[in-house]
Amino acid sequence: MNTYTAQFDDIPGTRVFTAKRAKQGYELNKFCMSLMKAENRERFKAGERTYLDEWPMSEEQKQAVLARDYNAMLDLGGNIYFLAKVFATDGLSYLQAVSTMTGMSVEDYQQMMLSGGRSPEGWRSIKDGN
Amino acid sequence: MARITAGLTTSHIPAVGAAIDLGKTEEPYWQPVFDGYDWTKKWAAVNPPDVVILTYNDHASAFTPDVVPTFALGCADEFPPADEGYGPRPVPVVQGHSDLAAHLAESLILDEFDLTLMYELQVDHGLTVPLSLVYGQPEQWPTRVIPLAVNVVQYPVPTGNRCLNLGKAIRRAVQSFDEDLSVQVWSTGGMSHQLQGPRAGFINKPFDNAFFDRLIKDPEDLARLSHFEYLREAGSEGIELVAWLIMRGALGPDVEELHRHYHVPGSNTAVGHLVLRPADQ
Repeated sequence: MNTYTAQFDDIPGTRVFTAKRAKQGYELNKFCMSLMKAENRERFKAGERTYLDEWPMSEEQKQAVLARDYNAMLDLGGNIYFLAKVFATDGLSYLQAVSTMTGMSVEDYQQMMLSGGRSPEGWRSIKDGN
Repeated sequence: MARITAGLTTSHIPAVGAAIDLGKTEEPYWQPVFDGYDWTKKWAAVNPPDVVILTYNDHASAFTPDVVPTFALGCADEFPPADEGYGPRPVPVVQGHSDLAAHLAESLILDEFDLTLMYELQVDHGLTVPLSLVYGQPEQWPTRVIPLAVNVVQYPVPTGNRCLNLGKAIRRAVQSFDEDLSVQVWSTGGMSHQLQGPRAGFINKPFDNAFFDRLIKDPEDLARLSHFEYLREAGSEGIELVAWLIMRGALGPDVEELHRHYHVPGSNTAVGHLVLRPADQ
């Protein structure tokens, strides 16, 4: 058991981008990087499924992209900075996209941030419940 | 001889760059963020360095899933702004200092820091937002910049101790450069924030404020903070703070705090900013 990475699993609501996850998400993240070129963003917007089929990603990864299910993309090896190319293509800010992972509306999430952000209380450790 | 004359840390939130680019800095939401940089802008105008060594993390802009260097030093003459998906930021091309970069490469690698050397590098908001915060919107940046990209995205990232020691090695390297240059070291990123999963929006003010104090007064102790503790207490993207120890190491044992700014929120993030002067300056 690798205790370095295993301890990360005790942090609630968090996917730490380890070397293992980087391998799992390699093709998904490569697709994301392609959206740094304006012509690729246009081609993706013109036909998402067709564009996705040009990349050797798993069907699960493609479905997660089509559904813009960012938690699923994280679970399948995506990292937020790669995934940012997808929501940038959609014209969304980090705040708008990030809020979709919390189960809160954008407005409620924005209000939470204005009120000082999510408190660490209850979000430190699954094991210790604090 | 070259000397390190100041250190600076700041968050590098992309929405802050967008607020500058779109002329929104006077809006009520953004004003308290930018007010904290007024002092710095005045200070920067009368303390122009010849070169800034700027440590930041690339956000999947220059480094792809194919290549993940732990420390990458920009050795080119210039570094254009990257297209992060919204189009490149409308900011000047960053002018490097290839002679000092070559000297840093030689000194640091012989000092056993196995750097990746970059002769082509597009720089993203991690590097350009701090320049905008300090220098506004000039035609050309008023200083040369040597980028030092630090991997804080894919684990394992470097330890705090490694970052502190790299900073100390940068100090030795700068002090052995045979040209009379004023060099500042900036480290960017942080403070507490998390951009992913159900825990997104995580902010820890007590941790952040203690981090400022520990960085200034006892960096050797702070350098022992584990990655797990950063993740748990500062949020998954708060790990960017580990690189602030590079700036601190470069300033020598004792520093004077010139300016501090902290505000929540800047988008998803706790905005934190410090300006420090080494005791020998």
